[in-house]
Amino acid sequence: MKKIITMMMVGVIAICALAGCGGPKTTGSVSTDGSTSMEKVIGALGEAFQNDTGISFTYNPTGSGSGIKAVQEGRCDIGLSSRDLKAEEKEAGLSATVLAYDGIAIIVNPENPVSDLSLETIAKIYTGEITNWSEVGGSDAEIVLIGREAGSGTRDGFESITDTEDACKYRQELTSTGDVITTVSQNPGAIGYASVASVKDTVKAVTVDGIAPTEATIKDGSYVVQRPFVLVTKTGVELSDAAFKFFTYITSSDANEIIAGAGVVPAN
Amino acid sequence: MKKQEYHPFEDNAGEFQDKLFETRIEAVNLAYKKAPKSEWAKYAERMIHIIFLLLGLITVGCVLLITVYLVISGIPAIREIGPVDFLFGREWASTAAEPRYGILPFILTSIYGTAGAIVIGVPVGFMTAVYLSKLASPKVKSVMQSAVSLLAGIPSVVYGLVGMLVLVPGIRKVFNVPDGASLLAAIIVLAIMILPSIIKMSVTALDAVPKEYEDASLALGATPIETYFKVSVPAAKSGIAAAVVLGVGRAIGEAMAVMMVAGNVPNMPDSLFQSVRFLTTAVSSEMAYSSGLQQQALFSIALVLFLFIMLINAMLNFFLKQEKE
Repeated sequence: MKKIITMMMVGVIAICALAGCGGPKTTGSVSTDGSTSMEKVIGALGEAFQNDTGISFTYNPTGSGSGIKAVQEGRCDIGLSSRDLKAEEKEAGLSATVLAYDGIAIIVNPENPVSDLSLETIAKIYTGEITNWSEVGGSDAEIVLIGREAGSGTRDGFESITDTEDACKYRQELTSTGDVITTVSQNPGAIGYASVASVKDTVKAVTVDGIAPTEATIKDGSYVVQRPFVLVTKTGVELSDAAFKFFTYITSSDANEIIAGAGVVPAN
Repeated sequence: MKKQEYHPFEDNAGEFQDKLFETRIEAVNLAYKKAPKSEWAKYAERMIHIIFLLLGLITVGCVLLITVYLVISGIPAIREIGPVDFLFGREWASTAAEPRYGILPFILTSIYGTAGAIVIGVPVGFMTAVYLSKLASPKVKSVMQSAVSLLAGIPSVVYGLVGMLVLVPGIRKVFNVPDGASLLAAIIVLAIMILPSIIKMSVTALDAVPKEYEDASLALGATPIETYFKVSVPAAKSGIAAAVVLGVGRAIGEAMAVMMVAGNVPNMPDSLFQSVRFLTTAVSSEMAYSSGLQQQALFSIALVLFLFIMLINAMLNFFLKQEKE
């Protein structure tokens, strides 16, 4: 009998634990949900915040769309989006606060001799008007277009900046920044896009209209392929104490150093 | 068997035996009822019964819940788009200004991909199974079988990663195409992934063939290889068919590995080197960011996939039943 009671208790505890995962705000914790591109910056901020205040912090990397949905449905305190809110989302009672700006780097294989492209050329490459690297000063090889899946914040950002919405002739649509970088690093004819913060040595970021994606050029707007990192909250609904503390913490100028450390440019 | 042992010559032996059995059951029941038992023990007995029933119902409930949910959330989009446009539309552009939701490319890709995996995987798996079951020495068999089990235990993301880093660049170089992420890469990965199911199930079926069959064949002068292919394999054919169907099920339902090597562009699969999207990857690659009709259409794709898998399951059950008979 004792065994059964023990087993039942274990069951009850397990159920409680499971229920805890999906639970909304509990006192003394902040939950964030959204853009996978923001992982690095929000992770660094969350860690610093946790160390400073002792309030626990969670981040669920699901993607901008899911993050926005999660705020709307009250499943997290702050949603993270790597694109501006759409008009319909603002109408649905959400407001956006820009945390930082992220440059989208145009990446090619390190073996590729091409190192500068104009925004127009990039658009032409992605819409299939230019199909061979020799047309832009490279070697004679077919251009392999690597992109992200429909709905991705990076793809949305890239396509709206280059004005190529629904016109890109992708060869591969991958579901994460890491996959894009890996694929480009594997194929000498590939071109892709990824957030500047996650670009590694395995690929080469080209300059756009002669300007390299650096902190300074992104901040002063001269590097044109860039997008905002947005904190999404419900308009008119007060944040919990912990969430409010987190919000003010990360939007204050004290957090700038951490944000910059994550490779993006602070907005405040 | 027992009946014949006890009363080999009596015609009514079975009847007598049945009566005896019934009487025994009655006696046991009576003893059980009469036995001094506390209320608490009875209560506990009933509780345990209920707990077991509930645990059993969880599985049934999950299946029902998923089915009902899929149907409810899958139907609206099909209705809105139109079943013909949805199932036979050749273009998928879910986030375009004028969205188009045709899933024919996904359906064909899933069918071609699975068929390709079967064409490569079944001969290899089947021959391996014959070797393991009939020819291999016990030592080799145990080593190879644990290797097969290990292959089954490798997570699909690992298959995908290896495919992405080795297979995709390999295809690019060998076939001299601009990019290796293609239907062919997906077929090769799937063929390897279905091997363990095919091998394991076929070995079980072949092991179950009575030794007498083979002995008889050998005694009649057939060589061992003739015996295996003309006696053992036909005797195990429904088990082997079930293995193939199981492989089909595994291949058509695989998402992660395929997503990493197939390129994921919703093209019609008209070449092996085309970048393609499967039914599974169509759902998983867009679900995270989807909303509105797009999300509903993804559920509809899942419903179509679910129907495919139900069909395959029905076939599997059919073959397994045949094997039992």
